[in-house]
Amino acid sequence: MRGATDPERRPRKDTWRERKGSHAMHIPDGYLSPSTCALGYAMAAPFWSVALNRVKRLLQTRLAPLLAAVSAFSFVVMMFNLPIPGGTTAHAVGMGIAAIALGPWAAILAISIALMIQALFFGDGGVTAYGVNCLNMAIIGSLVAYAVYQAIAGRAPIGSARRVVAGALAGYVAINAAAFAAGLEFGVQPLLFHDATGAPLYAPYPLSVAVPAMMLAHLTLAGLAEAIITAGIVAYLQRANPRLLQTTAMAAHDQASERERIAAAGGWRGTRPLWIGLGVLMVACPLGLLAAGMAWGEWGTDDLQNPEVRQQITQASGNIAPPEHVPAGMERLASLWTAPMPDYAPPFMHDPNFGYIMSAVIGAGLIVLIFVALSWLLGRGPRSRERSA
Amino acid sequence: MCDCGPSYSARRRHDGAFLDRLARGLARAMDHALDADDLARRDGLLQRLDPRVKLAGLLTLIVVAVFVKSLVVLGSLFLVAVALALPSQVSLPRLAKQVWLKVFAFTVLIALPAVFLVPGTVVARLPVLLWPVTLQGLRSAAFLLGRAETAATFALLLILCTPWPHVLKALRVFRAPIVLVAILGMTHRYIFVLLESAAQMFASRRSRMVGPLSPRDRRRVATATAGVLLDKALLLSTDVQLAMAARGYRGEVRLIDDFHATPVDWLALAGFAAVASAALWLQA
Repeated sequence: MRGATDPERRPRKDTWRERKGSHAMHIPDGYLSPSTCALGYAMAAPFWSVALNRVKRLLQTRLAPLLAAVSAFSFVVMMFNLPIPGGTTAHAVGMGIAAIALGPWAAILAISIALMIQALFFGDGGVTAYGVNCLNMAIIGSLVAYAVYQAIAGRAPIGSARRVVAGALAGYVAINAAAFAAGLEFGVQPLLFHDATGAPLYAPYPLSVAVPAMMLAHLTLAGLAEAIITAGIVAYLQRANPRLLQTTAMAAHDQASERERIAAAGGWRGTRPLWIGLGVLMVACPLGLLAAGMAWGEWGTDDLQNPEVRQQITQASGNIAPPEHVPAGMERLASLWTAPMPDYAPPFMHDPNFGYIMSAVIGAGLIVLIFVALSWLLGRGPRSRERSA
Repeated sequence: MCDCGPSYSARRRHDGAFLDRLARGLARAMDHALDADDLARRDGLLQRLDPRVKLAGLLTLIVVAVFVKSLVVLGSLFLVAVALALPSQVSLPRLAKQVWLKVFAFTVLIALPAVFLVPGTVVARLPVLLWPVTLQGLRSAAFLLGRAETAATFALLLILCTPWPHVLKALRVFRAPIVLVAILGMTHRYIFVLLESAAQMFASRRSRMVGPLSPRDRRRVATATAGVLLDKALLLSTDVQLAMAARGYRGEVRLIDDFHATPVDWLALAGFAAVASAALWLQA
């Protein structure tokens, strides 16, 4: 039989054009600065640690074989080129289906391992950029996919069409979230890293170019590929092996039970740790005053006219000076709304630390009041009346 | 006969091409692995070194290539990579085919617009369109291309000159968790099992195909195959777990560490360190 793997029929020439879609998201070595790469590893490390501990506790002796099998699956799925409406093809990453079938933590590990094999063995994605690639695809991708899937699928029956739609949207949103993160990482490079002549040392495009360029490719081709593969596999599993979809559906059920348990425990007892945490955060608010410099981009019209602040803005913006005059639109809109407590400092307070704490108390109080009002309004709905009857 | 669309045979060829293309991608991955394994067992400069030395040395050079801020030093590192490849029986055409052309094709798409888009001193103008070519844009594109090519060449040398199981065991030098090393090893083996399964499924589907497939059907074939693969992967993991448990596996992984560094390995390590230090010193 002259099958698909028949060596005589196998073209020897690699056609890089076949690798479309999310290929650009596997950031190679040399596109990001060493400090960005180090930050990527540092940010990914806690997620890897938590994921490994959680998955190890749940799976015990199943950990190694299960993660290895799903990582291998993710790797193989990344090689599937799918026909996309419009006559082209693209390949998926598989982050959506991994998060739906295994849950976010196991998916983080499985995709990280698949990415490591790709980087080390197939040269797809850099070794130095591995942490950043994992942060984008394995961590952000899996967590976003899982959250979107749970939010849309809710407690719908396993065989419902809603789960297929949820799968498609989970894959689509997840890959776009990952692409957005990659766009940000590319976009900050020229701002932070350039040589004496001003030439960018790494990815050369600013945020205004890098983010739209990444998003354009992923909102269209790669996003569709991820949506198709995720929805297709969810639909297939609904028919062939619905038990696999039960794993994360059960997790949704467990979370609902947890919410019910907290609600049943009473307002104070069930939520006591949260209230204590909120109180600690309020008291810690003035820590923000210790930070040096100013928040980039949060400049007022006064700041743009103040020579000292202008100097700080120039330094923080890679030696690009702000405009000489306050932009007309900014000036017009700045006077549209005057906050009652500008800069978290009520006018009657002289001590900024106490002003910060007061602002936190007032802000948190307003939020609590809004939610109390909302819950009172929702409590007057038909379901509530049925319960009380 | 209506000539408003492609003929039946043409469409059929197209559908076959779709399945062939999917299977070809999988087969290429298997080829790459077999090829690398074959080369890693030959007698060459890098092949003779202790895998731990190779891993530490080549990874250091990759990091240095990303770190340097001088084009001359970056070019010198690239020449070091070529100089390591030749006595390791990795030919220049192989490097060109497996790394340089691929990285160039991918990177040039990103680097080329930078020549015109990065603001700076104008050194020339594009004929007809009169777009300005800036010095900073040229330097930026050269950095991007140079770093990507150099780092990818070092990474390929590591993989082509070291059997994969040895690369994994050498990861222990960097204190990689032992369970991660075991999972990576198992993943590597499962990949080939699943690649083979997927290739067989596509071959079987193609042999039973009697009519053209619409794009929707093609997507269905690909996603159903992926669904079956996920199912197979999970079944495989259960079988392997039971087999491991039957052999006494209780969740603790043990690896046999049988690497022995010789004086030549220490010398090579010193060489890698010297090249890395020189690169960093020269660009300072």
